[in-house]
Amino acid sequence: MSRKINIWANLDWMTVLVYLVMLFIGWISIYSAVYDEEHQSIFDTTQRYGKQLIWIIAAIVIAAAVLLTDNKLFLFFSYFFYAITILLLIAVLFFGTEVNASKSWFQFGGIQIQPAEFAKLATALALAQFLSTTKLKIHDSRALLTMGSIIFLPVLLILLQPDVGSSLVFFAFILVLYREGLTGWVLFFFILFGFLSVLALLLNEVNMVALLVISALSAYMIIGRNMKTAAKAVLIFALICLAVMGIFQLAAPGTMLVVKLITASVAGSLVLMGLAFRNKRNKASLLLGLLIAALLYTYSVDYVFDNVLMPHQRSRINIVLGFDDDPLGQSYNINQSKIAIGSGGLTGKGFLQGTQTKFNFVPEQSTDFIFCTIGEEFGFAGSTMLIGLFVFLLLRLIYLAERQRSQFARIYGYSIISILFTHFVINIGMTIGIVPVIGIPLPFISYGGSSMWAFTVMLFILLRFDAVRMEFLR
Amino acid sequence: MKDHYSDRKYIIGAMIVLPVLFFIVRLFILQVIDPSYKLSASSNVLRNVTQYAARGLIYDRNGELLVYNQPVYDLMVVPGQLAEFDTVELCQILEIDREYLDQEISKARAYSMFRSSVFLKQISSRTYAVLQEKLYKFPGFYVQLRTLRSYPNDIAAHILGYVGEVDGRIIDEKQGYAMGDYIGITGIEATYEEELKGEKGKNVFLVDVHNRIMGSYQEGRYNIPAVVGNDITLSIDAVIQKYGEKLMQNKIGSIVAVEPSTGEILALVSAPAYNPELLVGRVRTLNFRQLAADTLKPLFNRALMAHYPAGSAFKVVNGLIAMQEGIVNEHTRHTCPGHYTVGRLTVRCRYHTTPVAMPEAIQVSCNTYFCHIFRDLLDHPKYGSVTNGYNVWADHVRSFGLGERLEADFPNELRGFVPPSTYYDRFYGENRWRSLQLVSMAIGQGELSVTPIQMANMTAAIANRGYYYTPHIVRNIENSDNDRAFREENFTSIDSVWFEPVIDGMHRAVNGPDGGTARIAQVQGLDICGKTGTAENPHGDDHSVFIAFAPKDNPQIAISVYVENAGFGSAMAAPIASLIIEKYLTGEVTRKWLEDRILSADFINREVASTSRQENLSDEQED
Repeated sequence: MSRKINIWANLDWMTVLVYLVMLFIGWISIYSAVYDEEHQSIFDTTQRYGKQLIWIIAAIVIAAAVLLTDNKLFLFFSYFFYAITILLLIAVLFFGTEVNASKSWFQFGGIQIQPAEFAKLATALALAQFLSTTKLKIHDSRALLTMGSIIFLPVLLILLQPDVGSSLVFFAFILVLYREGLTGWVLFFFILFGFLSVLALLLNEVNMVALLVISALSAYMIIGRNMKTAAKAVLIFALICLAVMGIFQLAAPGTMLVVKLITASVAGSLVLMGLAFRNKRNKASLLLGLLIAALLYTYSVDYVFDNVLMPHQRSRINIVLGFDDDPLGQSYNINQSKIAIGSGGLTGKGFLQGTQTKFNFVPEQSTDFIFCTIGEEFGFAGSTMLIGLFVFLLLRLIYLAERQRSQFARIYGYSIISILFTHFVINIGMTIGIVPVIGIPLPFISYGGSSMWAFTVMLFILLRFDAVRMEFLR
Repeated sequence: MKDHYSDRKYIIGAMIVLPVLFFIVRLFILQVIDPSYKLSASSNVLRNVTQYAARGLIYDRNGELLVYNQPVYDLMVVPGQLAEFDTVELCQILEIDREYLDQEISKARAYSMFRSSVFLKQISSRTYAVLQEKLYKFPGFYVQLRTLRSYPNDIAAHILGYVGEVDGRIIDEKQGYAMGDYIGITGIEATYEEELKGEKGKNVFLVDVHNRIMGSYQEGRYNIPAVVGNDITLSIDAVIQKYGEKLMQNKIGSIVAVEPSTGEILALVSAPAYNPELLVGRVRTLNFRQLAADTLKPLFNRALMAHYPAGSAFKVVNGLIAMQEGIVNEHTRHTCPGHYTVGRLTVRCRYHTTPVAMPEAIQVSCNTYFCHIFRDLLDHPKYGSVTNGYNVWADHVRSFGLGERLEADFPNELRGFVPPSTYYDRFYGENRWRSLQLVSMAIGQGELSVTPIQMANMTAAIANRGYYYTPHIVRNIENSDNDRAFREENFTSIDSVWFEPVIDGMHRAVNGPDGGTARIAQVQGLDICGKTGTAENPHGDDHSVFIAFAPKDNPQIAISVYVENAGFGSAMAAPIASLIIEKYLTGEVTRKWLEDRILSADFINREVASTSRQENLSDEQED
């Protein structure tokens, strides 16, 4: 009994509070997004907002259940959970319900279960278990192979559904590996290639890509030297870019976005280049080599895409990138989303007063595009506050993860951070038009029981570990 | 455990914060600096315009249009899209007062901010023309095209029925109806609602701040085209229907004409009738109230719903039953002393040659003869009891489609009444009633009651020598088989051989050398067979009844006519039937004098009517 009292007393109530606030924001946003005068009661369970309330209550029950579960269970059964999830991911390919040409869901009566949501949790646990093995050398080839398998097996299975959005989230685990000592090169190249691939297809502005490459490479030259200078350099780069953009905005608001971006990154890169050469003159040749490689890669993406891929493969990628849902497609959806958010102004139109999200302009308003409703009805103030809330949660979770005594718990914590962060960045980035449309939900906010429960379980397992962190010495 | 990479938490923290800073800048530009999105949003107003389907058209059997649609305009309002506007100007254009405007807008607000409500129904095309030019001044208002029923001939109101807006009860009970939708409430409009209504569609438009339609939302992806209702061709002959309604002016009663070889209804008149245009559009509610309050009950469809005694016309059925049961044959004669008397009961008869057999009995409508054969039937020892005998008789009667709904294709048809034996058991006690107590049914009076359409159908069964097709009014429906089992013969329980003597009697009644009761109905060369009747009316003057079909061989038309309070069958009903048969078979009316007499007859405004009725009485005589 004494241990249970311990849990409630040691629970990080701050995180719980943020979690509950987010659920509440999600609930009223869904109410506003699908507001229907014929069903005015927010408790009407025939409507999405009424159902969301049921999911929320269930999520709180689940959270309590997780807290009351012995945390050793997650430790000892992590591989077992992982194995079961893999089996489920295989099973869904055969027995899943087909929605929008992908088999991602199990349908049990009125309840839908999406195994990919739970695969994130299982992978986090399995990875934590493996990485916390004593005397593990992370750069050992067998270790790398095992870690790669743990992460990419579910990715492969989810890609077969196909559900590209969910599979992309798994790449976030690289952040965890980085924290546990994987060389920064992997993280760097991963970010770089991802960035380049999307940009090359999305913008076709080779010049700009090249400039971004230069600036990113320059940043890395400094990172290789010293962590703190690196952070400083990145900050400098960002500030210069912002300054240039700001000048454009004030001086010549009509300028094309591309021109602004190019000028901004050129300016930022030049400064960083200067810094880099001052620090490491001898690495100039390496810098040049990387630049050429990046340019070649950028061209080759275009070339392969246009000349090597079959038309149906091209259209797959286009769908992934959100181009070809339909003729109006991505540009239409993003445009409507931006109009909704943009029309919110500084303080928004007020709760239930949104006109863009009420008339079905914005697709998927209660799920993937829920941020539009908040942007429209609560304006810049409201959307910044929500973003701030997410940042607070993520930083708080870093704090929690870092104070764990057990390596397992810390690794697990970073896994959760990475997953939440990826969802957050992709979802918000998509609604404001800086990331291609990738349909993944905004954690705790978007409509839907499956993802909410999965995120709840993930979060509260971490809180459960955190509450008893003093018991751990491992 | 030693953690060498603890510093990396700063990098990770920075990786989280950096994109967020970028997001915030981006949001600041999007939401605060850049005004273009606000402009886009104000032009991003959607308007859902329901495309109401035009109801199917209705034609007569010869392709003459009976019902079509005419366009009208409803002014709609979406309260959430309203802006400041000149209320005085709008009131002037629409000829409404400020009070109405405020009241309707607050009503619309109460219903929904984002959905459209009707602000003003059915504005005229002239007002619409003015309004359309000024509509840009009134954001949130728009005009919705609708259609209303229109009737080029102004006839057949009872058959066609009318269309009204659905109420809450219908919306709850039926799928696919929403506030403001129309639904057929009576007549064909109700029976064939499914076929006529078509399917609603929807157009979604983008509207700018100046209330102008910018185009279809997402290139019409969310538009649903309306599907026009199916046209219906009725079996009604518009010429005959119109003529029948004209003949029945200033009278109360009904005409039903049927084509015996198909069961198709050629005319179905209920008088007094009303102009169907009265129940269309904005004036409907007011007119309906007036019509409903009218003591002559113009909304009441007498052809289907009025219960009358069959009158002497029913003698033909009694004659058929007696022959079928072997009580008499066509040669059996009865003497008529001018009355039928048993004990204290006397049924009068009129003067005619005597004795009579079946054809003459029908020709002269001899009460004595039919009282004899009716009682002989009920008292016949082969049945064992009067009750059994009565049941045999009643079953025969029912086989003519009497006493039950015909289940034709219109709503609200009534059953009539053929009393079951239990009815008399209750009245007199079991086995305590005698044939004498029922004798009035021998001449079509008493407890038996029928509807005009049942009488027309009975006549068609006689014309066909023993069977009928269920009378129906729809001939053909566009895009459908119209398979409503109206193509099957319903056989009466009378063998066809027994019809000839009866038909011979009916032929003689109209065309006979002397003593025929319906000689006024005679038309040279048309071979009309008919039987008059006088339905005793305890509430006032007797009803004039006539059934007829023609020609005698290969009949084209069977008809029943009831004229309330018009006295003898030969007085009103027979001439009306005769004129209609003539018009239908020859296309013209030769006896203008008879037509004029009928048209001038008035049984609603009594004092005018009395002279013509006197005249009738002296002209003809009958039972």
